[in-house]
Amino acid sequence: MKENEKPEKGKQIIEEAAQAEYKYGFVTDIETEVIPKGLDEDVVRRISALKGEPEWLLEFRLKAYRHWLTLKAPTWGHVHVPEIDFQDISYYAAPRQKKAGEGPKEIDPELKKTFDKLGIPLEEQLRLSGMAVDAVMDSVSVKTTYRERLAELGVIFCSISEAVKDYPDLVRKYLGKVVPYTDNFYAALNSAVFSDGSFVYIPKGVRCPMELSTYFRINAAQTGQFERTLIVADDDAYVSYLEGCTAPMRDENQLHAAIVEIVVEDRAEVKYSTVQNWYPGDKDGKGGIYNLVTKRGLCRGDHSKLSWTQVETGSAITWKYPSCVLMGDHSVGEFYSVALTNNWQEADTGTKMIHLGKNSTSTIVSKGISAGHSQNSYRGMVKIAPKATGCRNFTQCDSLLLSDTSGAHTFPVIEVGNDTSIVEHEATTSKINEDQIFYCNQRGISTEDAVGLIVNGYAKEVMAKLPMEFAVEAQKLLSVSLEGSVG
Amino acid sequence: MNNALQQYIDLYDESREVLEQQSPALLNNLRREARQALENARLPRKGSEDYEASDLEVVFAHDYGVNVNRLPFEADPAEAFHCDVPNLSTCLYYSSNDAFHSSATAERNIGQVVVAPFSMAAEDYPELMGAYYGKQAHLQDPTVALNLLLVQDGLFIYVPDGVVAERPIQLVNIFNAALDMMVQRRLLIIVGKNAAVKLLTCDHTQSPDYHYLSNQVVEIVAMPGSTVDYYDMEESTPLTRRVSSIYVDQQAGSNVLINGITLTNGFTRNNYHVEVNGEHAETHLLGMTIASGEQHVDSHTFISHNAPRCHSNEMFKYVLNDKAVGAFAGKILVKPDCPRVEAYQGNRNLCSAPTAKMYTKPQLEIYTDDVMCSHGSAVGQLDEEALFYMRTRGIGIDEARRLLMQAFVADVIDGVRLDALKDRLHYLVEKRFAGTLSNCAGCMTACKKS
Repeated sequence: MKENEKPEKGKQIIEEAAQAEYKYGFVTDIETEVIPKGLDEDVVRRISALKGEPEWLLEFRLKAYRHWLTLKAPTWGHVHVPEIDFQDISYYAAPRQKKAGEGPKEIDPELKKTFDKLGIPLEEQLRLSGMAVDAVMDSVSVKTTYRERLAELGVIFCSISEAVKDYPDLVRKYLGKVVPYTDNFYAALNSAVFSDGSFVYIPKGVRCPMELSTYFRINAAQTGQFERTLIVADDDAYVSYLEGCTAPMRDENQLHAAIVEIVVEDRAEVKYSTVQNWYPGDKDGKGGIYNLVTKRGLCRGDHSKLSWTQVETGSAITWKYPSCVLMGDHSVGEFYSVALTNNWQEADTGTKMIHLGKNSTSTIVSKGISAGHSQNSYRGMVKIAPKATGCRNFTQCDSLLLSDTSGAHTFPVIEVGNDTSIVEHEATTSKINEDQIFYCNQRGISTEDAVGLIVNGYAKEVMAKLPMEFAVEAQKLLSVSLEGSVG
Repeated sequence: MNNALQQYIDLYDESREVLEQQSPALLNNLRREARQALENARLPRKGSEDYEASDLEVVFAHDYGVNVNRLPFEADPAEAFHCDVPNLSTCLYYSSNDAFHSSATAERNIGQVVVAPFSMAAEDYPELMGAYYGKQAHLQDPTVALNLLLVQDGLFIYVPDGVVAERPIQLVNIFNAALDMMVQRRLLIIVGKNAAVKLLTCDHTQSPDYHYLSNQVVEIVAMPGSTVDYYDMEESTPLTRRVSSIYVDQQAGSNVLINGITLTNGFTRNNYHVEVNGEHAETHLLGMTIASGEQHVDSHTFISHNAPRCHSNEMFKYVLNDKAVGAFAGKILVKPDCPRVEAYQGNRNLCSAPTAKMYTKPQLEIYTDDVMCSHGSAVGQLDEEALFYMRTRGIGIDEARRLLMQAFVADVIDGVRLDALKDRLHYLVEKRFAGTLSNCAGCMTACKKS
């Protein structure tokens, strides 16, 4: 067989896969309160006023906004972010509550339907699935479930705007401490206009009894979503936090610029899992979400541990690097990622592991899968400070190419500042092994199923790190997007 | 902020006539292009893209002398320098500072191989010079443009089609001026169809007391079916700085080996830029650095696979001691529609002192699916258990460390396809680790003093 000649069936399968529909692309018809498009100091003040925020937070926003004005959008990523007109976006969209007097605890039935379609266990379902959920629609946190039960243990899990009112000291102590507003262009933007998000605080010695989960959804057209998540695990605490994202199908691109900040104290552990499935655009690359996110965790305490797991299948453009600053001695950072791009998607994702504490260790496993005309990049940094002796890092990033028009790239940076640390990096790029497919074919497994098997096996190392509920969803997502995309 | 380039641009503007009088027209033509390219150029600062560890602005800012008037230096490098590679019979050429030394330069033609300064080559081989001089080196790189702007001579090596050079060609570059000095060195190597040649360049510094900067550019053209071995060795002093760019154009079925070895130096930045333009071409890019004191070695490699069914293999090893800084950045690019490319890249580093620093950035950029590509990078220390094992066998800790370090760099040396040189390198490395490098019989260069 000539090498360029692919079996007819393979081609067909690729086409089918390329046409696989985005099943979360519905729009919920509920009234939304949207601030007119545009961004200036008045808009920042208005967002703050609408949310009834204290003075210090407004100051924080204004400082961030003024700093943002001095910055330029970064262009170093291996993605093509078109010039975004930041005056053409609405910075606040909230599902409107029918009557001001009604308590916010009641959920709009239309809204509830949306989350039912997403399969989120609000209301009764939640009791069965045993998961506490904070759902963020457009910019506002809609409802947080299981709050009372968590409160008994002292766990705080609420929207960040409620937290600002109820626990101002905690929020003020930690907000912007891991990702300062000066961090980068999109972080500054988010700090100026963030509308809502989740706040989690696990007190000392508490092991959070259930998985905490947030669903993000962009519903209104021409809005951007700028949520902000802040997780604090005090000494000896443990929490597993899940994040899921979807958006309607629209022709225009929408912006999502979030910040996640995590603080991990002595001997505490945080596990942060994401299944990101924003609308990736259609098969010609039209529409889709620009997912430009800053995520960072600070392992401040000794023996603290932070683990990022992500399955990235959505978004037209993904630009995100969940990072760990390993400040505590013996702290542990982990990053497990599967990034799948199809059609014209572009993903530039990876992590930073900054070793500042002695004997800190980090593990990075990144699996990229590129199909169609997509571009998939791993970009990472492992930095060992001169005083951080005895550190250990292992990095593995593999790329699987499913079409000859897609691209896979790796851009790791390693800086080692002492002689007692060991850093390893390995990367491979190849296409699916034809021998393996042939072997499966021999055993009566169709090419399509064989590809599914091989890809799932390829991503298994990461999938195994996801909590059970998410692993199922992630596996389904992979199979939808992947269905036999190899010829 | 000062712009270090400006002093050289001003120098050019002042002494343009002198420069042009002494050089062939071809060099002068490109000089003007280079002048334009430098109009708004800045030298890369530390921390900018691809220059994470090296600050060229600082390197070029020093007030070096430039020998615009081509004043001859009296010393005969052949007397001062005795390259003592036993059993290696090379055709030996010398350049002292930036001039080819007449008495030390061997015959112009060895068999059918042509080795000539640019001034002669421009007359005798105007077509070849016209077709290949300055064609690969990128003017966007300010150091390359600066080289073109001020270069006055270079060495032209031409191996005609089907000719296999019998003896290796060796070029020894020596700094021996009694003042701080910057030189532009340039090589153009054209290897014809099915021809083969082995080249060895050695950079030395005779006086350890002066600041020297060598800004050098090498262009290699490997025609279809040719075999080119290029060994680039540096043994200089802590005050010697070197910015070297090697450009290779590889055509179908060619086999190119480049091996860059840095044993002693001050500041070195090596750029390797390989364009693989024909099918079944094979590229071997090897590098080895042994650095101590405040040595700084930064290697930057780029291999672009522009044709299907090619093979490239890259391995760089660093051993860093004291306050040495090592940097490696390597990129492999596989362009669309280039199936069956195999490209491997490795970078292994030993940090054997708490203050040694290593920066590494291996990169892959792949646009074709049917490829086998990998890169690996590691920074670590000697295996404690291996050390322990050797000590239980009665080998002292220092000796054991030396043995392990030698073994560590051995595979880069084993890539050398010239037996006598391979043996010699093993010997030199052994001495380098023992700290007694290098006292070749009768040699007066300063490598031993660094």
